[in-house]
Amino acid sequence: MTNAPQEAMLDRRAVVRRLLAASPDALVVTGLGSAAYDVFAAGDRPENFYLWGAMGGAAAIGLGLALAQPSRSVLVITGDGEQLMGIGALATIAAQQPRNLSVVVLDNGHFAETGMQASHTRLGTNLIDVARACGISRCEAVTSLESVDRLGALVNARAGSLFARIPISADEVPRVLPPRDGTFLKNRLRGVLKLEPF
Amino acid sequence: MTDNSPAPLAWPEQIFDILKRGGVRQVAYVPDAGHAQVIRRAHADPDMHAIVLTTEEEGVATCCGAWLGGERSVLLMQSSGVGNCINMMSLLQNCRFPFLTLITMRGEFAEFNPWQVPMSRATQPVLEAMGLTVMRVERQEDVADVVQAGLDAAFESGEPIAVLLSQRLIGRKKWVAKP
Repeated sequence: MTNAPQEAMLDRRAVVRRLLAASPDALVVTGLGSAAYDVFAAGDRPENFYLWGAMGGAAAIGLGLALAQPSRSVLVITGDGEQLMGIGALATIAAQQPRNLSVVVLDNGHFAETGMQASHTRLGTNLIDVARACGISRCEAVTSLESVDRLGALVNARAGSLFARIPISADEVPRVLPPRDGTFLKNRLRGVLKLEPF
Repeated sequence: MTDNSPAPLAWPEQIFDILKRGGVRQVAYVPDAGHAQVIRRAHADPDMHAIVLTTEEEGVATCCGAWLGGERSVLLMQSSGVGNCINMMSLLQNCRFPFLTLITMRGEFAEFNPWQVPMSRATQPVLEAMGLTVMRVERQEDVADVVQAGLDAAFESGEPIAVLLSQRLIGRKKWVAKP
């Protein structure tokens, strides 16, 4: 069962830092809220596209980016609440199966940004089962900090669409806020790909 | 297998040609009969990704992702799907994404189904409220000109553009199978 009491709850900042260290070349799209703060806290880089809104859109943005850039690894890092709002995108990704797209959900079973209300993953929804049932070819349940290195290797391999769930502690961590100017973030990432600003 | 698809119409073919010549590489869609021909052509084109969506707002997001990665895209939907897109369209303003959507209208001309009417009436105001420029086609002879203008405004001028294809243009939905 999701978030069963015996499940090891990992430190979100440590997990994200380790994942990004293991896949340093990935183009990263974050969901809004804590996932964006985690990615920014691991070190800002022009390959990061942080969402501050558009809840439910992170995985679908990753899909469009992955289809446009098949030679780059695209890594979506988001939270359970954000992925639940965009749950249909898992079926849409499965229908396309881009080999270079990975969706990683940091699952604390709560809506952290809005007062720690329990989310559906705490109330019975298992996102790994959902992703698998949608048809995403590779679904990984990460259970330890050490296994994040292997996840990073899978991100780098671009060997098939990947969905991973990482159980994280619901403990609150200090907020560190990435840039909020969407046009800047867009053009900065396009610059990495040698595309003109627009 | 016999092909039961109707004979191709000229104006959807013009739309597909404009998208193709305009370098559109991703065609995201929630199906509509009015878009069926363009969707079929997109699936058959090896240079395009045809992306079937579970809800229209996913398409707003995939189109933004495509542009981040340097590709042009289009979102095809019917008017009833516009309401599903509202919050996701905040991406277009905040990040100034070029954006093109082609919308087949229901609920405005000889409509049989009253459930189509409220969102039909709200379609243009909702799009404009979210900052999109709305263009509209009423007649077949105007399709190519207006769709081309929309594509140019989106990808040359960087605007978010919605082109409404009127229900009169598309034709009445047939509710009873022909004998």
